[in-house]
Amino acid sequence: MTAVPPKIVLKDVHKSFGPKVVLDGIDLSIARGESVVVIGGSGTGKSVMLKCILGLLRPERGSIRIDGEEVVGIPAREREQVMRKFGMLFQGGALFDSLKVWENVAFGLIQGQRMARAKARDIAFEKLAQVGLSAASGTLFPSELSGGMQKRVALARAIATSPEIIFFDEPTTGLDPIMADVINSLIVKCVKDMGATALSITHDMASARKIADRIAMLYKGQLIWVGPAQGIETSGNPFVDQFIHGREKGPIQMELRA
Amino acid sequence: MTNVLAAIGRVFIAFLSQIGRVSAFTALAVSHTVRPPFYPRLLLRQMVEIGYYSLPVVGLTAIFTGMVLALQSYSGFARFSAEGAVATVVVLSVTRELAPVLAGLMVAGRIGASMAAEIGTMRVTEQIDALTTLSTDPFKYLVAPRLLAGTLMMPLLVLIADIIGVFGGYIVGVYKLGFNSATYISRTWEYLEPLDVISGLTKAAVFGFMITLLGCYNGYYSRGGAQGVGTATTNAVVSAAIMILVFNYLITALFFGK
Repeated sequence: MTAVPPKIVLKDVHKSFGPKVVLDGIDLSIARGESVVVIGGSGTGKSVMLKCILGLLRPERGSIRIDGEEVVGIPAREREQVMRKFGMLFQGGALFDSLKVWENVAFGLIQGQRMARAKARDIAFEKLAQVGLSAASGTLFPSELSGGMQKRVALARAIATSPEIIFFDEPTTGLDPIMADVINSLIVKCVKDMGATALSITHDMASARKIADRIAMLYKGQLIWVGPAQGIETSGNPFVDQFIHGREKGPIQMELRA
Repeated sequence: MTNVLAAIGRVFIAFLSQIGRVSAFTALAVSHTVRPPFYPRLLLRQMVEIGYYSLPVVGLTAIFTGMVLALQSYSGFARFSAEGAVATVVVLSVTRELAPVLAGLMVAGRIGASMAAEIGTMRVTEQIDALTTLSTDPFKYLVAPRLLAGTLMMPLLVLIADIIGVFGGYIVGVYKLGFNSATYISRTWEYLEPLDVISGLTKAAVFGFMITLLGCYNGYYSRGGAQGVGTATTNAVVSAAIMILVFNYLITALFFGK
C-alpha cells in the first residue's frame, strides 16, 4: 500500500515583484487534517504564499502539489476543479457587498456547484447558525453588519462548501480580543468538525497558539523555523523568540526607512 | 541627449505594453461571453442598469440637441434662403452623428465610471480573488454580462434618442419657426435612408462595447485603495470618450467615405 501523499507540498517556491524578492525558496509540507499557522511580520510575504497556492499569483520557480497533483501552471479549467477543494477566509472578509449575507454564504454552492437556490439557502442559514449568527442577519447586506459579524459571515462562506482545505488570512486582525477568541474557537471547531486541512497566516500569537498544530515562521522570504505549536516557547531560535514576545530589540531589524 | 531618447523610449514601450494588455483583456473577455456558464440574471440586471436607467439623461440630451439643431440650422440656412432644409438637416445629423456620439459620451460618464468604480473596489477589497476561490470566473461573472449588456442596449438607447431628437427638432420647427406640421414631417422622411439610421446604430453598438470594456478593464487592473479606484474611474471615462470620437470617425469613413 502506498502512503497517502501530504495534502499540500511546497517545494522551493520563489516569487518576486520586479526586483523585490518576496518568497525565496519556500519548502513546506502539510499533512491531511493538520492545522499549520504561518507567523511573520507585516510584508514578509505571508499573503503572497497563500495566493501562490491558490493560483491567484504564479510563482516563478518551484512546485506546489495539492493531493500529489502539481498545480503550478495548470490550465484554468483544471484550476477550477482544484479550487473546489478550497475555502478561503480573506483578511478584510471580501464579502460581496451587492449580495445579501445568505447569498454570500451560498455563493460557492449556487455558482460553483450549481445547487438549487432554495437548497443552498437552507445550507447557508445552517452555516450562519453554526458561526452564531441569527437567521435575521442572513437577509441583511454585509455593510449593515459590524466587523466581527462580517468576519463570521466570511467564515461561514469559507466553510459553506465543506472544503477539504481552508485558508485563513489573518482571521483575527481588527477584532477586539474577545471577538478574536470567539473567531479562533469557531475556526478550531469548524476545522475539527469537518476534518479539514487548514493553513492560516497571522501575526497574532494568541490566535496562532490556539488554532495551530504546527507553527512555521516566515522571515525574509524563507521559513526559518517549523515546529509543533507547543514547542514554540522553547524553540531556541532567537528570531522566533523575538517575534513571539514582541520585543523591539533582537536579530530582526524593522526596516523603518525604505 | 540619450536621457531624452531613453525617456521617449520608455513612454513608447509603456504605451505599447498598455495596448497589449487591453488587447489581451479584450480577447479574453469576448471569448468568455460565448462560453458557458452564463449568468442570465446578471445580464438582465446590467441591461436594466444600462438601458433603462440611462433613458432620462439620454432623452434630455437628445431633445435639446434636436431643438438647438433646428434653431441653429434655421438661422444659418436663412443666409442663403435654404430654411426648407431644416427638417432634413435635423434628421440626418441626429441619426448619423449626434444621437450616437452624445448618447455614447453620456453613457460613458454614467456607466463607464460606475463599472470602473464597482469592479475597482471589488479588486482592492479582494472580492475578485474571493470569486476565484469560490470557483467562479470573474470574467464570466463580472465582465461578460456587462460587455454584452452594453453592446446590446446602446443601439436601443440610440434608436430612442433618434426619435426624441427628431421630435425636439419638430417642436422648435413647428411651434417656434412656424413650419407646417405635415410639411415638416414629410421633409423629415423625404431624404432619410435606412443606412443613415443603421450607421448610427452600428456606432452605438461599438460605443457600448468600448464603454463597458474600458470600464471593466480599468476597474479590473486598479491598484492601491481609494486613490487607485479614483484613477481607474477617470481613466475609464476619458479613454472611453476618446475611443468614441476616434471610432466615430472610422465608422463614418467606413459607411460614407468615398
